[in-house]
Amino acid sequence: MRNGNRRGGINSADIEQIGGNGLLHRRALLGKGLVFAGAASIGADATGAAAEPLKDAEWSTHQGKTIGPKGGLSKYEDLTVRVLSNPKGEPRTQHARTPHHLLNGTITPSHLHFTILHNGIPDIDPEQHKMVIHGMVKQPLMFTLDRLMRYPMVTRQTFVECGGNSALMFSNEPVQQTLQYLHGVCSNSEWTGVLLSTLLDEAGVDPRAKWMIVEGADTAALTRSVPLTKAWDDAIVVLYQNGQRLMAEQGYPMRLLLPGWEGNMNIKYVRRIMITDQPAMTYYEARNYSPLLPDLKAYKFYFVNEVKSFITHPSFGTALKEPGYYEISGIAYSGSGTIKRVMVSADGGKSWADAAVQGPAQDKAFTRFHLPWRWDGQPAVLTSRAIDDGGNIQPLRADFIKTRGQSPKPMTNPLAFGNNHYNSLTCWGVNTKGEIAHVYI
Amino acid sequence: MSTYRISPLAIILTFGLAGAASAADDKNGLGARPGLGLPITNEDIKPWDITILPDGTNLPPGSGTANVGAKVFVDKGCNQCHGEGAKGGSNPALITDEKMTPGDIFSNKTIKNFWANATTLFDYIRRAMPWQAPRTLTDDEVYALTAYILAGNKLIEENVLIDAKSLPNVKMPNRENFIIRFPEKI
Repeated sequence: MRNGNRRGGINSADIEQIGGNGLLHRRALLGKGLVFAGAASIGADATGAAAEPLKDAEWSTHQGKTIGPKGGLSKYEDLTVRVLSNPKGEPRTQHARTPHHLLNGTITPSHLHFTILHNGIPDIDPEQHKMVIHGMVKQPLMFTLDRLMRYPMVTRQTFVECGGNSALMFSNEPVQQTLQYLHGVCSNSEWTGVLLSTLLDEAGVDPRAKWMIVEGADTAALTRSVPLTKAWDDAIVVLYQNGQRLMAEQGYPMRLLLPGWEGNMNIKYVRRIMITDQPAMTYYEARNYSPLLPDLKAYKFYFVNEVKSFITHPSFGTALKEPGYYEISGIAYSGSGTIKRVMVSADGGKSWADAAVQGPAQDKAFTRFHLPWRWDGQPAVLTSRAIDDGGNIQPLRADFIKTRGQSPKPMTNPLAFGNNHYNSLTCWGVNTKGEIAHVYI
Repeated sequence: MSTYRISPLAIILTFGLAGAASAADDKNGLGARPGLGLPITNEDIKPWDITILPDGTNLPPGSGTANVGAKVFVDKGCNQCHGEGAKGGSNPALITDEKMTPGDIFSNKTIKNFWANATTLFDYIRRAMPWQAPRTLTDDEVYALTAYILAGNKLIEENVLIDAKSLPNVKMPNRENFIIRFPEKI
C-alpha cells in the first residue's frame, strides 16, 4: 500500500473495488483516514453546506431535566420498540420482536430482546421459587435462588433464536417487511449464571442417562427434552442478562440457556430438570418444532440454529437519499460456533467481497460485519453470506428450498410461522430512487 | 421410572436438609465444590413430577373412555376454544381428517396426521389445559379427554379404555416419518 499522503491516509486510488456495484475493500475501514482524490466532494465542502451561520439551539441555552434513578432513551427514540402479536393478551401465544433495523452493535438491549410466551409473564416471587434436579441421579436436589447465587458463575454472550425465526423467508415470494418481522425473534445478550454441569455433578447423574426433561414454572409448565451432551458442553442456569437480573419475560428469576440452540428449548422460569434415558416427546418437540419437509417427512430434534447473516444497514424500511458512500453493516451468527467470514455482494451474488468481521467474534453470539460501499445510483442487490469456524456456510436460497421447500402461495400474514429453521440469505434490492425492497436471488 | 436409592456415599457427600454443616468447615469433604443443593425426596417432588415418557413411564393410575371424554370436553369448556366436537375454533381442531399435502411444507400438522406418540396428548392436556386453569383436571378426566380425541380421530375404537397400559400402545400413523436432524448431538 502506498502512503503518499502526509497524513498517512489511504489514497482512494488504492481502494480498488473488490465486488461489483461499488463494494470497496474492507481495509478502507481500518481507520487510517481515507483521502479521496476526486475534486467533487472537496468542491461541495468549499461552498459550505450550511445555509446560515451556526448558532446555539434552544437545548444548548438552558438547564436540562433532572437525572432520575433509571436512565431512559431520548423521546426521539420512542419508535425503537418491539412489534407485538397479541397486545391484548388474548388466550394464545404472545410474541414481541426485536427491531434489528433500528439497532447496531451486537448486544440487544434487554427491553428490546424478543420474547415469546404462551401464557403471559408469570409473576414469580424469587424467594419462593425452587428448582429441582431428579430422575436418574444419585441424590435429587433442590436449589433456591439464594443458594444458586453462591455458586461460581460464568458470563458469556450468546444469541437466543426462536426456531420459527425467519419463517416469512419460506414464502414463495419475498414478503415486504422490515427485519423486525423477517428475523425479529432472535436477539443477543450477555448472560451470567451457573454452569448446569456443576449442578448435575452435584446430583450425580447415572451414566446410562442421555436426556434431561426441563420444565418451567409458567402456567403451562412448558417443557422440552434436551440431550445431556448439551448440559455437559455449555448449558447455563442463567440469573443475569446484560448485567442486571433477568427480565421478567426472559425467565426471571432463572432460566436455562443452551447457547446456539432453538429458543424454545431455553426453558424460562426453570423449576424442574428430570434426568432420563429417553426424550419425552413433549408437545413442542412433537409438533411445532419438528419442521415439515416437502416429501412430508419431518425433522425432529432440530436443536441447532445454523449459520445465518443479514444486512441491517441499509435494509427494508430505510431509503438511500443520494448516491455516494454508505457502510453496509449486519449481523452474523452460528449455533455451531464462531463466525469466521462474511461475504457481501452488491450485485445479487454475481461477485462477492469479504466484509470486515468485527472482532473478537464470540462463540454462538452475534457478530457485526461491515463493508464500505459507494452507491452509483444504479440498481443494486445487497446480500450477505456467513461462514463459521466449522466450515458451515449459509446456503443459497435455491439450494435451501430444494431440500426444505417453500410456501405454495405468498405469505400474507407478517406474524405467521409455518415452518422452522430457515437460514438462507436475505437480499435487499435497491432501485434508482434508493428505495429498498426485499428480493430473492 | 426407576430412581436410585440414596447411596450411603451420597448421604455422606450431601448436606442434611437442616444444612447443619457450613462449607467453611468442609466436614463433608466437598473441597472446592459448593454442595449447596438441598437433598429432596422423590416423594416431595411428586406433585411436580408430571412428565409422561413415550414408553408410558409416569402415567398415573386411572382410565377413561371417549364418551366420558366428550362430556368432560364440554363441561370444562374445551369447546370454547377448540370448537364443538373439537373440530376447531379460535384454536386448532383436535379432531380432524385434514391431510398433509405433498410439497406443501405449510400443511396443517394435526394430532392424527403428524404426532408420533399418543402419550404426548396426556402429558400436554394434563400440564397445560384447560388454558385458564391448567393442572386442575383429574387423571381420569385427562384419560377420558385423551380417549375422546383419539377415538374422534379414529386412532382407537370408540369403546377402548385408555389407561397407563393401553395409551403407549396406541399406534400413531405418522410415527415412522421423522428424521433426527442432529443425531450426533444426542
